[in-house]
Amino acid sequence: MKLYDYILSPSCYKVRLMAALTGVKLELRPVDFHPGAEHRGPELLALNPAGSIPILEDGDLLLTESSAILVYLAAHAAPEWLASNKPEEAARVQQWLSFSGRLTASLGCARLHEMLLRPGDIGALQAQGIAALRELEAGLVEQAERGMRFLAADRPTVADIACFPYVALAPDGGVSLDPYPAIRLWSRAVRALDAFIEMPGIHRLHELKPEPHIELGKA
Amino acid sequence: MTMQAMIDEWYPVGLFSQLDAAGRGTALMGEPIVVASDADGNAKVTGGNGRVLPVCVRYGHVWSSLGAPKKALFSIPEADQTGRRFVDVGVVRVRCSPLRAVENFLDVAHFPFVHTDILGAEPHTEVQNYKVEIREDVDEVWATQVKFYQPLAAKSASGGITTEYMYRVPAPTCSVLYKTCPPRPSEWDVITLFVQPLAEDLCDVWPWMALFDDTTSLTDLIHFQQTIFLQDRSILENQIPRLLPLDPGLEIPTRADLTSVAYRRWLKRHNYTYGAQLVAQ
Repeated sequence: MKLYDYILSPSCYKVRLMAALTGVKLELRPVDFHPGAEHRGPELLALNPAGSIPILEDGDLLLTESSAILVYLAAHAAPEWLASNKPEEAARVQQWLSFSGRLTASLGCARLHEMLLRPGDIGALQAQGIAALRELEAGLVEQAERGMRFLAADRPTVADIACFPYVALAPDGGVSLDPYPAIRLWSRAVRALDAFIEMPGIHRLHELKPEPHIELGKA
Repeated sequence: MTMQAMIDEWYPVGLFSQLDAAGRGTALMGEPIVVASDADGNAKVTGGNGRVLPVCVRYGHVWSSLGAPKKALFSIPEADQTGRRFVDVGVVRVRCSPLRAVENFLDVAHFPFVHTDILGAEPHTEVQNYKVEIREDVDEVWATQVKFYQPLAAKSASGGITTEYMYRVPAPTCSVLYKTCPPRPSEWDVITLFVQPLAEDLCDVWPWMALFDDTTSLTDLIHFQQTIFLQDRSILENQIPRLLPLDPGLEIPTRADLTSVAYRRWLKRHNYTYGAQLVAQ
């Protein structure tokens, strides 16, 4: 599978993260998104007229929507990341997959504005981002009351991976995560998953590394 | 804060390769400016009230000044060396003091914790002794013989190596780093941090590189450097106080911070205080 990838893109990171968590090997094709704007060039526009990345190629299959790519990777290698056949759980997964688009349009655009100087109404983007974070916080608190640590179940699903990157990177766009304890706990749970990988701006949990070896002196 | 001492310095204001006639609105030390190309394709920078500002084009970037620069832009001889690849990494905005951005660039102690498994790794956290001086003849801060164990020092490195660094601060918001060049041990890779002060607590950072590396694609070289810098960005935006403290009362440096100590001393000596906090609060 070939991923047209940009190291700083949270949507591309979703795909890299999902692949790492499910043990799928990706062939990465780096795209000079900034400063080169290669995603707006003829080669990539021919693949994706929307001019966005990620783009995943696997044989005849060409996917340009990150949620669809997550579902494909999970279905391919680790179906436990998809919804079970419980109606509520299946609906919640779909609900949060769609919701993740709002995160991209608000927090994602605020981040591009604040970091890479893309145009936008920063006040409106941040306000929309805060509204989305409040909704996510409430959703996670309700899940906790049901005894579930993740967005759609007590195990992580594609919905968590679809929402995690733009939320974790909200501070890059000038939106603080301080007011959201449930989001911070959830973020920690995602980062603590086996085979989790980081991206610039999302640091690993150093406290999960083995304790440094301490030489005991002869007292 | 006083702008006076820093106002006559050169600052990066854009990539030469991305100039257009329509121009790009940006800012320099609080003043709105427009960076454009004129009818002949030359760079042209206009200040807030329409006045034409000094311009020079060097190291892939357009440079300008609100004042009257007393000397030419600092030289980087490696920029004229054949065989090197010159990489425009592109702008990244950071909500921090321009001086803090430079100071962070001069620090190696954070490598294992912020650039884990790339520029450093636990338990190799020791910063060995190195030499720091303010070179009076050129009026620059230099740190030499900085050595650090790095798992992935450059895109051209294979496996961990002990990398040697030299740091140089030739202007208050610019730093040039010379680093072991894995494919050519007799040469140094050059990595720079050019910082455009937009305000005292806001800057645009324009990294640029002059490397010996004939195999890595340009996009990979850009992404390697963007990865490193974006790992720093979230740290920089959370430093308190936001301005760089020049009052020794607030912080206690250690031996590993010698470059930073010299940089702050040099800033203070020249009254380069735009973006600095003079009295601890």
